[in-house]
Amino acid sequence: MAAILRAPGLGAVWGTVRGLATAVRQAEPATAGLDAKQMNLCSAVNDALHIAMDENPKTLVFGEDVSFGGVFRCTVGLAEKHGKHRVFNTPLCEQGIVGFGIGAAAQGYSPIVEIQFADYIFPAFDQITNEAAKYRFRSGGEFDVGGLTIRTPYGAVGHGGHYHSQSPEAFFTHIPGIKVVMPSGPRETKGLLLSAIRDPNPVVVFEAKMLYRTAVEDVPTGDYSIPLGRARIARAGSDVTLVGWGQQVLVLEQAAKELAASDGIEAEVIDLRTLLPWDADAVAASVEKTGRLVVSHEAPLTSGFGAEIVAAISDRCFYSLEAPPLRIAGYDTPFPLVCEPLYLPGVQRVVDGVRRLLRA
Amino acid sequence: MLRAAVGSLARKVSRSHLSHSAACRISTTSSCQKDVDYMDFPGGKVPFTEDLAWLGPGFTPRPTIPCYRALDSQGAPLPGTSLPHDIDQALATRMYETMISLQAVDTIFYEAQRQGRFSFYMTSTGEESTAVASAAALNPDDVVFTQYREQGVLMWRGYTPLDMANQCYGNALDSGKGRQMPVHYGSKALNFHTISSPLATQLPQAVGAAYALKLEGKAAVAACYFGEGAASEGDFHAALNFSATLSAPVVFICRNNGWAISTPASEQYRGDGIAGRGPSYGVPSLRVDGGDAVAVYNAVAEARRVALERRGPVLLEAMSYRSGHHSTSDDSSRYRAAEEMAAWRARDPVARFERWMAVRGWWDEARGVGARKAARREAIAALAAAAKQPRPPLSEMFSDVYDEPPPHLVAQRAEVEAFVRAHPETLPAGMPLE
Repeated sequence: MAAILRAPGLGAVWGTVRGLATAVRQAEPATAGLDAKQMNLCSAVNDALHIAMDENPKTLVFGEDVSFGGVFRCTVGLAEKHGKHRVFNTPLCEQGIVGFGIGAAAQGYSPIVEIQFADYIFPAFDQITNEAAKYRFRSGGEFDVGGLTIRTPYGAVGHGGHYHSQSPEAFFTHIPGIKVVMPSGPRETKGLLLSAIRDPNPVVVFEAKMLYRTAVEDVPTGDYSIPLGRARIARAGSDVTLVGWGQQVLVLEQAAKELAASDGIEAEVIDLRTLLPWDADAVAASVEKTGRLVVSHEAPLTSGFGAEIVAAISDRCFYSLEAPPLRIAGYDTPFPLVCEPLYLPGVQRVVDGVRRLLRA
Repeated sequence: MLRAAVGSLARKVSRSHLSHSAACRISTTSSCQKDVDYMDFPGGKVPFTEDLAWLGPGFTPRPTIPCYRALDSQGAPLPGTSLPHDIDQALATRMYETMISLQAVDTIFYEAQRQGRFSFYMTSTGEESTAVASAAALNPDDVVFTQYREQGVLMWRGYTPLDMANQCYGNALDSGKGRQMPVHYGSKALNFHTISSPLATQLPQAVGAAYALKLEGKAAVAACYFGEGAASEGDFHAALNFSATLSAPVVFICRNNGWAISTPASEQYRGDGIAGRGPSYGVPSLRVDGGDAVAVYNAVAEARRVALERRGPVLLEAMSYRSGHHSTSDDSSRYRAAEEMAAWRARDPVARFERWMAVRGWWDEARGVGARKAARREAIAALAAAAKQPRPPLSEMFSDVYDEPPPHLVAQRAEVEAFVRAHPETLPAGMPLE
């Protein structure tokens, strides 16, 4: 898979995003003052995993092919440093991986399990929705699997076709009892992943696989965390609120730049970071200010998480809205191979959508 | 993408092994010194054969795995039985009394459900000794995962008929706070993970728990119970394979009672039951007469010893018969013959154990009658006491979803409480707000 990421031929849409992601971004005040070094997203994940394994001897890392470092190299060096009893390969069976993780978590361990691609998380759907999510509730709080963290690479990658591109987050935001986290870059990923690992609830973390190698920025080398359930204003603006998560945040940031340069439209970009529970207050506050809402995600439109945001914000901000909220998403088809550039809600689609919205 | 690449690589490797060896075999002027008679494959050494020979039913069937037992169908001890683990009088008496209590609870609670006192019930009829004798052979430190027809394990560990009644009523004393259907018991103090309805999900969980026990260096196993129907789920496959490859000390105990609701075992599998699958996963396996408490006790005690000694899994298949209906929502006379049920009811495991105890002079009829009367009284009293308890407060509807309720749950709790204040008649009877 690493070879695939290095291969040329990413679509024009992603070419511009990659340029943006590669640029060094300014450190947030919360992490200012910490020593930092350039890391890509994959190194940021690896760094977080090393910190988690150092601080808690009951932290385990397992899944398919994690022992030699993982097919995306996120688990490099863990087995050598922390022992093969704590970092190990499992048989190729997703329901087994999550079920095994639940059992270890119920005994007080902190398993960080890897599902090789989010497209392959569905065999474990039963263990996640019927078991992990309900373990605490159904036992009256006597048992819980709060130590469990599920990491999985998600999203478009240029040529992943049906089963190496999916964004299944909306299936999981419909599950009371779990948390769903989708970081947007290396620094965000390390801080959010550490919070997910330490959170006393089962958490699913979708990692932007397009950004594993392409996104590089200053990431604090020490321990820091970013709270779950809190959105981030990625770019301040006054005319329209753009909400996204994961690698789509970079598309929205790029679109906001273009809108400012070409139309003088100042878009506020919100990186939602956590989808369950999501920061409705932050989005509502922004929409109260701008009067317009655009939500954008790679996943298909119908019943995507954008629908939840639009419904909730329409309810909360009805009198502040100056135009109908707009969703710019993947189409309601399986993720296509050769049509990927048209399928994705890229920069141009977002720019066009915002222009339409502001004319309305 | 990646998987396809890995797969084709594996095929290439195996092909090159084959072609190299084939070339050596057919060459008459070969420079091959001596052909090897096995393939050294990453998965292990595989011997070659020149016979195109199928293995399995209709070709070279393996013998059916025999069923280990210590007592005949009437409870008479069988001479020559290997009994590595002694059952003394005190232990036997406690096993017997627990089985009696389980039968009393099943009878009384089943009737209570038929009268509409609570919503659902499932009995253990015919499988009392599987649960109780296996539990007796475990250590209290052993962590237990079950399906739903193993309340005898909990009773052995100290769960009382009153605890059971509180759960079935879903009242304020139910540790599960009235959230799950009846018979979905659980107890942290008794090392018994809370039961859930989805079948077989507990199997890979038990493997993960066993692995954790091993890392902690505890001399304890995870014991995992399930029916033969549940063994058809993918999670059975996941669990057996993970337990073997990751060397987890878990004791799998399958209750093969012949029926999964209306589906007979003959429509569930075509192999040699569940025990027949174990060795294919690399899991030592044993079949035992589930209606024979002496055999079950010995098999489980031995399974536990082997699992701890080898730091690995063991599979037991306890053969029995579901003498009762599947649940209170099922009328099993619609799919099975009354004669079959009657024949098996005549092999009541508790009666078998009674006769074994009688042979040893450890049992007398008067004491048995007294014990049964006392057990019935306790079950009836438990139901009466549980019925008087209030329900858990409405606020518990939103707690424990997460460790702390996030803002949207706080808001939804306020919403339902406001609704109840506007429409007090909608609050279930006996339920306080807080």
